[in-house]
Amino acid sequence: MRAVVAVIGKDTVGILAKISGFCAEYKANVMDVTQTIMQDLFAMTMLIDITNLTIDFVDFADKLKSAGEEMKLQVHVMHEDIFNSMHKI
Amino acid sequence: MISTGDILETIKMIQEENLDIRTITMGISLIDCIESDIDRACDKVYDKITRRAEKLVKTGEDIEKQYGIPIINKRISVTPVSIISAATKQSPVKFARALQRAADTTGVNYIGGYSALVHKGFSAGDKELIESIPEALAETTNVCSSVNIGSTKAGINMDAVAMMGKIIREASEKTADDHCFGAAKIVVFCNAPEDNPFMAGAFHGVGEYDTEINVGVSGPGVVRAALQKHPDANISEIADVIKKTAFKITRMGQLVGTEASKRLGVPFGIVDLSLAPTPAVGDSVAHILEEIGLESCGAHGTTACLAMLNDAVKKGGVMASSHVGGLSGAFIPVSEDAGMIDAAVRGSLSLEKLEAMTAVCSVGLDMIVIPGDTPADTISAIIADEAAIGMVNSKTTAVRVIPAIGMKEGDTLEFGGLFGSGPVMKVSPFSPSKFISRGGRIPAPMQSLKN
Repeated sequence: MRAVVAVIGKDTVGILAKISGFCAEYKANVMDVTQTIMQDLFAMTMLIDITNLTIDFVDFADKLKSAGEEMKLQVHVMHEDIFNSMHKI
Repeated sequence: MISTGDILETIKMIQEENLDIRTITMGISLIDCIESDIDRACDKVYDKITRRAEKLVKTGEDIEKQYGIPIINKRISVTPVSIISAATKQSPVKFARALQRAADTTGVNYIGGYSALVHKGFSAGDKELIESIPEALAETTNVCSSVNIGSTKAGINMDAVAMMGKIIREASEKTADDHCFGAAKIVVFCNAPEDNPFMAGAFHGVGEYDTEINVGVSGPGVVRAALQKHPDANISEIADVIKKTAFKITRMGQLVGTEASKRLGVPFGIVDLSLAPTPAVGDSVAHILEEIGLESCGAHGTTACLAMLNDAVKKGGVMASSHVGGLSGAFIPVSEDAGMIDAAVRGSLSLEKLEAMTAVCSVGLDMIVIPGDTPADTISAIIADEAAIGMVNSKTTAVRVIPAIGMKEGDTLEFGGLFGSGPVMKVSPFSPSKFISRGGRIPAPMQSLKN
């Protein structure tokens, strides 16, 4: 099972480190990362493998969201299928 | 990997443009609950619904969290109750109470199917059910009712049309102290679909699976936002943008439907390709029409824009889903659409224009508030007109009008929540009583002779 983590917010030092550190803590394996800066807005998307997640996916998503809020970042964690079904034929 | 642009687009659709799954509706057959003893029959109905739908709400919530997409309603539709109640030879109100108890236990928002199919004539139990609708709806809060009074194949049952005018008035009068809400829970259909997931008209047809999952999607806000990016596009290009957007919206419904069906262990029925508005800002079908280039919904040109919109939604959606059904098309409920409410208040949208619009889009005259003193015969005639459009065009049409008891044109009836508020609209003061009192049947049109 794979999920997409999308992080949007003002660019600051250490966003990638913080989010990927958080993933490692709960055994979510980071498979791919893309990040861009649009004007001064930081947008990162990350594909993670959640097969060996040590906590429930919904709890993981909630924790990651609140960790993001501490850094004033919007974090969305959603199952990969929703993007595949919407954007691929 | 999926591109960042695509990911952000999906998130924006959900966060800012009100994209949601409007409903997961579980259709449950009650045919095996038929008993001549009404209490035993009601127990069987309650037991079967609560057993089959035990995990419906929880499953909906789990899917919502996993995919990050809101699922607004979890609902149940059942076999038209008149078929089940006929054997008891008693007033079927007890079935309405059993359905309400089942709704309370399962936690669903609405349960539909307090219904009768009388498009050609009344069979045992039909008249009793129809006569009991006002009482049943006044006594319950989450039960919805529908009556099919016509079809392209059978014509229009004018005796039933005459009855329904009175029933709608009575349902409104009985719930006058509760925003006349009884009438908002009755839909009168021509060509009613048997797998419709939307309320108040959902029921579970006799040709369906024993239990199935049907899904209704929504996304007027997403379509409007997509059109805003093309301010100078011609209509061919606009239709193309709508098709692409509808494809994406419907894929979401297909994904949620198949997932729900897998988790609940029941077959997946259909996705209803719908654009269902809510009173929330930015979730309006009227605003899409205005975005295309009308000063206000209801202006000349509205019917043409709506026809294009409705067609493009279907063309985009049909490829996105393995099975399409239900009502499939753009909905134009007045009280549930912020843009329609505004258009009606500013006088650009009339009942007559809405009637024309129903010839080219999904459903019919929906959530329209009419003066409290509108005679039953006039309501029947509104139903007859709408049914004629459905019958001749081989499409579903429906009427859900609410006589606002004690109110007159210009007043506003507030429902609250998803049902919004409705300005009382003008109805023709000229009487159709003689026509309605004749009774009989409008014969099926030539369009029915396709064999």
